Amino acid sequence: MKLYDGGKIIFGLIIFLGLITIPFYFNAGKAVAPPKPKLDTPVIQALAVKECVKPKEIMRAEHMRILDDWRNSVVREDDRQKIVIGGKEFTKSLQNGCLKCHSNKKDFCDKCHTYMAVNPYCWDCHFTPKENKS
Amino acid sequence: MKIIFSFFTVVLLVLLAFLGLKIANLYYLFGVIIPYAALAIFIIGFVYRVMKWASSPVPFRIPTTCGQQKSFPWIKQNKIENPSSTWGVIIRMLLEVLAFRSLFRNTKTESRDGKLSYGSDKWLWMAGLAFHWSFLVILIRHFRFFAADVPSVIHLIESLDSFLQIGVPLLYMTDIVLVAAVTFLFIRRVVIPQVNYISLIADYIPLFLILGIAISGILMRYLFKVHLVGVKNFAIGLINFNPVIPEGVGVIFYIHLFLISSLFAYFPFSKLMHAGGVFLSPTRNLANNSRMKRHVNPWDYPVKVHTYEEYEDDFREKMKNVGIPVEKE
Amino acid sequence: MATKLPKPDELSRIDYTPPKKCWMDTPAELKPGMYCWGAKAKNLNVVGFPNARDWSPAEEDWKLPKEWEGTVLEGIHDRLSKYRSFRLFMDVCVRCGACADKCHFYIGTGDPKNMPVLRAELLRSVYRKYFTVPGKLFGGLAGARELTTEVLKEWWYYFFQCTECRRCSVFCPYGIDTAEVTMMGRELLNLLGLNIDWIAGPVANCYKKGNHLGLEPHTIKSSMEFFLDDIDTLTGVKVEPTFNRKGAEILFVTPSVDLFADPGTYTAMGYLMLFHELGLDYTWSTYASEGGNFGVFTSNEMAKRLHYKIYAEAKRLGVKYIIGGECGHMWRLVNQYLDTWHGPADFMEEPVSPITGTKFENAKSTKMVHVIEFTADLIKNGKLKLDPTRNDHLNVTYHDSCNTARGMGLLDEPRYVLKNSCSNFHEMPENTIREQTFCCGSGTGLNASENMELRMRGGIPRANAVKHVHEKYGVNMLTNICAIDRATLKASMDYWVPDVSVAGVHELVGNALIMTGEKERTTDMRGEPLPGKEGDENETV
Repeated sequence: MKLYDGGKIIFGLIIFLGLITIPFYFNAGKAVAPPKPKLDTPVIQALAVKECVKPKEIMRAEHMRILDDWRNSVVREDDRQKIVIGGKEFTKSLQNGCLKCHSNKKDFCDKCHTYMAVNPYCWDCHFTPKENKS
Repeated sequence: MKIIFSFFTVVLLVLLAFLGLKIANLYYLFGVIIPYAALAIFIIGFVYRVMKWASSPVPFRIPTTCGQQKSFPWIKQNKIENPSSTWGVIIRMLLEVLAFRSLFRNTKTESRDGKLSYGSDKWLWMAGLAFHWSFLVILIRHFRFFAADVPSVIHLIESLDSFLQIGVPLLYMTDIVLVAAVTFLFIRRVVIPQVNYISLIADYIPLFLILGIAISGILMRYLFKVHLVGVKNFAIGLINFNPVIPEGVGVIFYIHLFLISSLFAYFPFSKLMHAGGVFLSPTRNLANNSRMKRHVNPWDYPVKVHTYEEYEDDFREKMKNVGIPVEKE
Repeated sequence: MATKLPKPDELSRIDYTPPKKCWMDTPAELKPGMYCWGAKAKNLNVVGFPNARDWSPAEEDWKLPKEWEGTVLEGIHDRLSKYRSFRLFMDVCVRCGACADKCHFYIGTGDPKNMPVLRAELLRSVYRKYFTVPGKLFGGLAGARELTTEVLKEWWYYFFQCTECRRCSVFCPYGIDTAEVTMMGRELLNLLGLNIDWIAGPVANCYKKGNHLGLEPHTIKSSMEFFLDDIDTLTGVKVEPTFNRKGAEILFVTPSVDLFADPGTYTAMGYLMLFHELGLDYTWSTYASEGGNFGVFTSNEMAKRLHYKIYAEAKRLGVKYIIGGECGHMWRLVNQYLDTWHGPADFMEEPVSPITGTKFENAKSTKMVHVIEFTADLIKNGKLKLDPTRNDHLNVTYHDSCNTARGMGLLDEPRYVLKNSCSNFHEMPENTIREQTFCCGSGTGLNASENMELRMRGGIPRANAVKHVHEKYGVNMLTNICAIDRATLKASMDYWVPDVSVAGVHELVGNALIMTGEKERTTDMRGEPLPGKEGDENETV
């Protein structure tokens, strides 16, 4: 096939192909293992029944919405009533609730958030917890 | 009729993916084979179509001049709308591709009591621009599923796109804009009688397909959540040619993926090729300089002409009679 | 054909509601008054066009040659491989509809097939059927349709309802130019001998006799002599132009109709007066006596054959460069085709004005300068004595010709010349001038008389804008730089805005020009008394 203005057009095509195939070579060879959030904090290990407010699948998908609801009810509606699930009380709080058990932000929260490039704005207000470097 | 047909074509695609997974468990087909095939069709098809255009020459220099030509130093040339240099052409093309310059001129002709008026009509331009740019941003945002270390520019785009911080997960403005713009483009196709009259099935299918992709994506973000870590792991597997079907990823993801694959595979056969075509448009990408610099037609061939000698032979006596000089007395 | 042209108020009632039925299933209904006579065999034979025969569009049987479908499809294939524009414009349209209400024929007829997008779809649908995979596989579902006699007739009807004005192309986001599509459509029709006689006749004339009107050398000279007498009467100055003179510095080429019909003749007189006053060393040619080119309304090849004469004559006469007169499509071709067809014009010199010394940089390759550029440069350099008050009885507006606007960009030069030649100048609304200018409605060889309804309909947007400035500012003179405009806008104005006359820019220049040794003028070229001289009429001899 004889091309006219072939140089310019092929140059354009190469740029186009270069752009749309970025995912293929940007990562080339970088096999990344999917993150596994760690659940082995002392508090969790000390628990008799290792149970969160909701089952794991729901927590994975909905934790952001639960935290948001809590935030709204505590901060905006001044409703600090504790949640009782299966006779167990949970404080509607990130710092005094979630982080009590999941004290390992780096190995728990950040694992997936970093992997998925999510930047939750929790820490815009909350202090980033000091973790024991062990 | 055309609308219903197009709508059901896209519905059928959705059902196909749904049933294929729910009944036949064709995870590998919908998750791996079809996406690879679609991408291959897209790339090969796109390149082929562009090469096909490139195989036809541009015999004449035919820019549509939309401003003052270059003539005297004391007459201000419109160097962009009527470029005489390569730089002018580049800027003209950039404006065309990035800002839809020509569509920005759009007017609406109205007739009142036999009087015509041409009001500015930017809706099509706005919707078109909003649609294309939000689609691009969404596409770029999806890079987070493919990059092991997500570059900071993607973080930046993502945080800008969601900076209103509405809801959780955060609402992307581009999602809303895309859906709104595509809906607008669809509605105008239906309600403007002239546009409705010219529309083909090939005009509705891409709209429904893109709307389907956007809706399935939004549903996945808010309603039928999938295991995102699994999705990303799967995506990275795909681009490393080592695909692993993930656990816990719902059918909605495969519907989303199948619709995208359909769009990619459909692309080279359709009007969507305007994406490549706009760069090759001879009325836009040429400088209006053919009086200054000769443009060559590669297939030019000699033609039969009526020479002066033949002309003089026909009229010699008449010319001599009135004193018009002749070659042969 | 004695089709009566409806009254203006009747014609201006336009229904824009598209029909219920899909356009593909609606064959074209050839309405009298909307199309031209079929090309006669004798005219096609002069230039050797194929399938010459006498035929009538009104009859059922168009006497199509055997296996005409093959000829057309092969013709499409050939042109797809020759013109990127054609292939691209067949492929990339998204039918956004931005072009729809930009076409003067759509605005004037309300016929949906006059929307540029649909005009192109007439051809595109056939292209899809025979040249694209989806079209071959899915037919109608992919917007494809068979090439049938009905489709062919539809092409003929609608490709001769497009004046290739390119206004749609200004608005198209991909620059799709319906002119390119119409050109291809007409080339295909031409393969089957399906041209119109109003084009075929001038083409035959131009080929053999050098100009569209078929003026023979002695006729050109004698009609020019009428002008010279008129100039003498008007100014007392004796102008003596030369013809086919070797060794002249400049060859002047202009559309022949300006030598023949009012009001173009006044423009021609303007040139004669101007060049005489400058003492320009120039010559007319009876061989290259046509700047226009109706060949381009048949095929590219024919256009090239006709435009050959310009450079050939320049070479024979040994001129340094060429000045071209006021003409629309002539300048599209000079600017975008001539050098490619017949260049390089290296037997001439880069044009320099002998009066001002200005180098016409923008014409250094074609060696062809627009007379408006030439005059604008003279005025800028103070080389002309102009008395604009002589045009004070005129309230002037300016119509940009499609071709010089959108195929060249000659926008400010004519305005500069005008503003120095008259005192009352008013622009028409901005969406109707410059690159957005509206066609006169009768370009591309559609300026026949049997299609008068089409012409008046196509002229609606332009006439409407003129009417606006006529009512608002009292404009009574519509100037332009196109010979077809001068002929057709006159008819359009008579019909739509009867109080407005039409003139070429150089008519106003000629009127304003103070010539050496001239007597006091009391009228303009048309015999209209000059302002302040109304009473003196009878005193002049």
